[in-house]
Amino acid sequence: MKRIKNSRELEKFRKALLKQESGGKTTVAICTGTGCQAYGCQEVVWVFGDVVRKHKLGKKVEILTTGCHGFCEKGVIVVLHPQEIFYQRVQVKDVEEIVSATILRGEVIERLLYQDPKTGKRIRKKKDIPFYQKQNRLIFGNNGLINPTRIEDYIRIGGYSALAKALNGMEPEEVINEIKRSGLRGRGGGGFPAWKKWETCRKAHGDIKYVICNADEGDPGAYMDRSLLEGNPHSILEGMLIGAYAIGVSEGYIYVRREYPLAIQNVEAAIAQAKKFGLLGRNILGTDFSFDIKISIGGGAFVCGESTALMSSIEGKRGEPRAKYIHTVEKGLWNRPSNLNNVETWANVPLIINKGAKWYSRIGTEGSKGTKIFSLVGKIQNTGLVEVPMGITLREIIFDIGGGIPDGKKFKAVQTGGPSGGCLPESLLDLQVDFDQLNEVGSMMGSGGMIVMDETTCMVDIAKYFLNFLLDESCGMCFPCREGLDQLLTIVTAITEGKGKLEDLQLLQEIGEMMRDASLCALGRTAPNPLISTMRYFQDEYEAHILKKKCPAGVCKALIQYQIRKTKCTGCAACAKLCPEKAISGKKDQPHEIDPAKCIKCGICKDTCQYGAIQVI
Amino acid sequence: MKKAEVDKIINSYGADRSQVIAIMNEVQDEERYLPEETLKHIAQRLKLPLAQLYSISTFYRVFSLVPKGKHQCTVCMGTACHVRGAERVLSELERVLKVKAGETTKDKQFSLDTVNCVGACALGPIVIMDGEYHGQVTAAKARNVLKKPEAK
Repeated sequence: MKRIKNSRELEKFRKALLKQESGGKTTVAICTGTGCQAYGCQEVVWVFGDVVRKHKLGKKVEILTTGCHGFCEKGVIVVLHPQEIFYQRVQVKDVEEIVSATILRGEVIERLLYQDPKTGKRIRKKKDIPFYQKQNRLIFGNNGLINPTRIEDYIRIGGYSALAKALNGMEPEEVINEIKRSGLRGRGGGGFPAWKKWETCRKAHGDIKYVICNADEGDPGAYMDRSLLEGNPHSILEGMLIGAYAIGVSEGYIYVRREYPLAIQNVEAAIAQAKKFGLLGRNILGTDFSFDIKISIGGGAFVCGESTALMSSIEGKRGEPRAKYIHTVEKGLWNRPSNLNNVETWANVPLIINKGAKWYSRIGTEGSKGTKIFSLVGKIQNTGLVEVPMGITLREIIFDIGGGIPDGKKFKAVQTGGPSGGCLPESLLDLQVDFDQLNEVGSMMGSGGMIVMDETTCMVDIAKYFLNFLLDESCGMCFPCREGLDQLLTIVTAITEGKGKLEDLQLLQEIGEMMRDASLCALGRTAPNPLISTMRYFQDEYEAHILKKKCPAGVCKALIQYQIRKTKCTGCAACAKLCPEKAISGKKDQPHEIDPAKCIKCGICKDTCQYGAIQVI
Repeated sequence: MKKAEVDKIINSYGADRSQVIAIMNEVQDEERYLPEETLKHIAQRLKLPLAQLYSISTFYRVFSLVPKGKHQCTVCMGTACHVRGAERVLSELERVLKVKAGETTKDKQFSLDTVNCVGACALGPIVIMDGEYHGQVTAAKARNVLKKPEAK
């Protein structure tokens, strides 16, 4: 393929691609996102290739390796087009049957269809599955339709048409105005209006400016940016191109975590292809606009998701933040005006330019427009990535889309916003999810992690977990964050060990407030959120640890004991065999006993027992 | 690593100082730690103070200044894995291997590390053994994860 010289050529090329598209062909779309990789999708892809060759179907069947389809719980996911048959939990051994029964004879394999746990019915099409029904997959939906390593696939579904539209018919100010009217807010956490950054950066003094894509997705339990980078990298490049044109920039960076090798690989390939097609580089689509993107790889530091720390890391230094008296849009990377947006924000831009601000702003709530991708994880039936309109309730996300809590357990809390966010209780399940509502109840949107917790999750332990995480990741530069976290963790640890006092709660509150007021960057200022929110909504659990020296959820090691229920124990001795301390004894086929003096509370006995005879008290 | 190999990496980045983290990343990939001699060499070539390279290697989690074991065992400590019992899995691995997270066994066979999140939350708790993902690991099953490489 040679360079695409102008918009007309791009359209011509797209039409040619659409013409080529499968006449009578079956397309087998296999999810190769990270979740499915862990299930072994690569082997499924290989075997599909072999079986298709064996049946000499090379001309009738096309194998499409796509990015994440979102329903990670049910991987490996295989979708057949045009029949739209959705097969889940596909394994290597099922491949032969899919080819011979479904593709050759048109028979649907019932056992591979999704079964609705409520009705017991098998569901054939993706769009009819409850998990997908309430979603609005504007950004994420294309993942399932394209091979992320082929620019032709992206162009075929309309890719780079928004860029052509902007370059040929819109002044840079018009682009910014369109983003302003769309109401797009930054998806990285804070929810700052995107257009404001763009405009300030455009007006800032300096010949050289930068646009940067923040792909340092550090929130544990959030992986939507990764799935976008892996599954549809060109949509992010196109967003950055449009932003660069609007701001007046010719150089860009994508800062990716080293932990995301597949994302790095796919973005590198996408950049190389875009260059080859003349969609990156000099005089893009025959205009005066030139733009190039470089990749910068992080070294695994949570704080590098903070804008100033990220820029310092691109410069080849420690990722330490600085005070933001002067904003990065004025003086950022190498002290030049720099506009930083997150992956998902950039991916929204082509959509807005293509469909218009008016259309876009109809989705969502008064203050938060568009959709948001959440990663729904933890104690939830349907783990996966879900894209929903802003304003949907937590209850709809967790119970309708997520299918509720597994194993008949009771919902306790949902954690949003990662280490900067908070834990929300059952009473807030009808909260409409958007930037402002979440802030109001003491949490935040963050990058969109949503971790569901059930009755066996201890909220004091969760607070300890996040404090531990943050203490580890604090860069240590400013006193309030470094020492504040250390003190908070010491006190909370004491509470989990039954050494807490009631006055501690007041002290925790005070230290938290000090950190909010005095820390240098957002990491420190928001660090007390998980702790303060659990104290606010789950005070009874803190009191149980302090006053009764009990952990109601049965998690905190110092406050629990493992015990065998005599009525349920069959004396099979499976637990006794595995107990590392030989703390379990008893006669064969007789109820056994645990010696509390020897027990190290590793919980292996409980994991092993098939009869539910081991309880935590 | 021979000096010539390190030079090759440095040259591939045009000996650009701002690319020092990328260069160190490649050395780390190759050697699985950052040998002192190599760091000195990079510092010299890029005309950067050695102290800056040291500060970078202690700041970012991926870098190690000590050699790693033959096998790498990494436990995901993301929130989703945590609520499903990752803590207990880690304790068990620490007990079996007789090291703490971040350490390497005396016989240099195993390095045990933690990672903040690998984004495969549906399968949590996750343990990654020499690049292979093991999902839904419990404390009871944890030691099986170590078995495979031991047999090799």
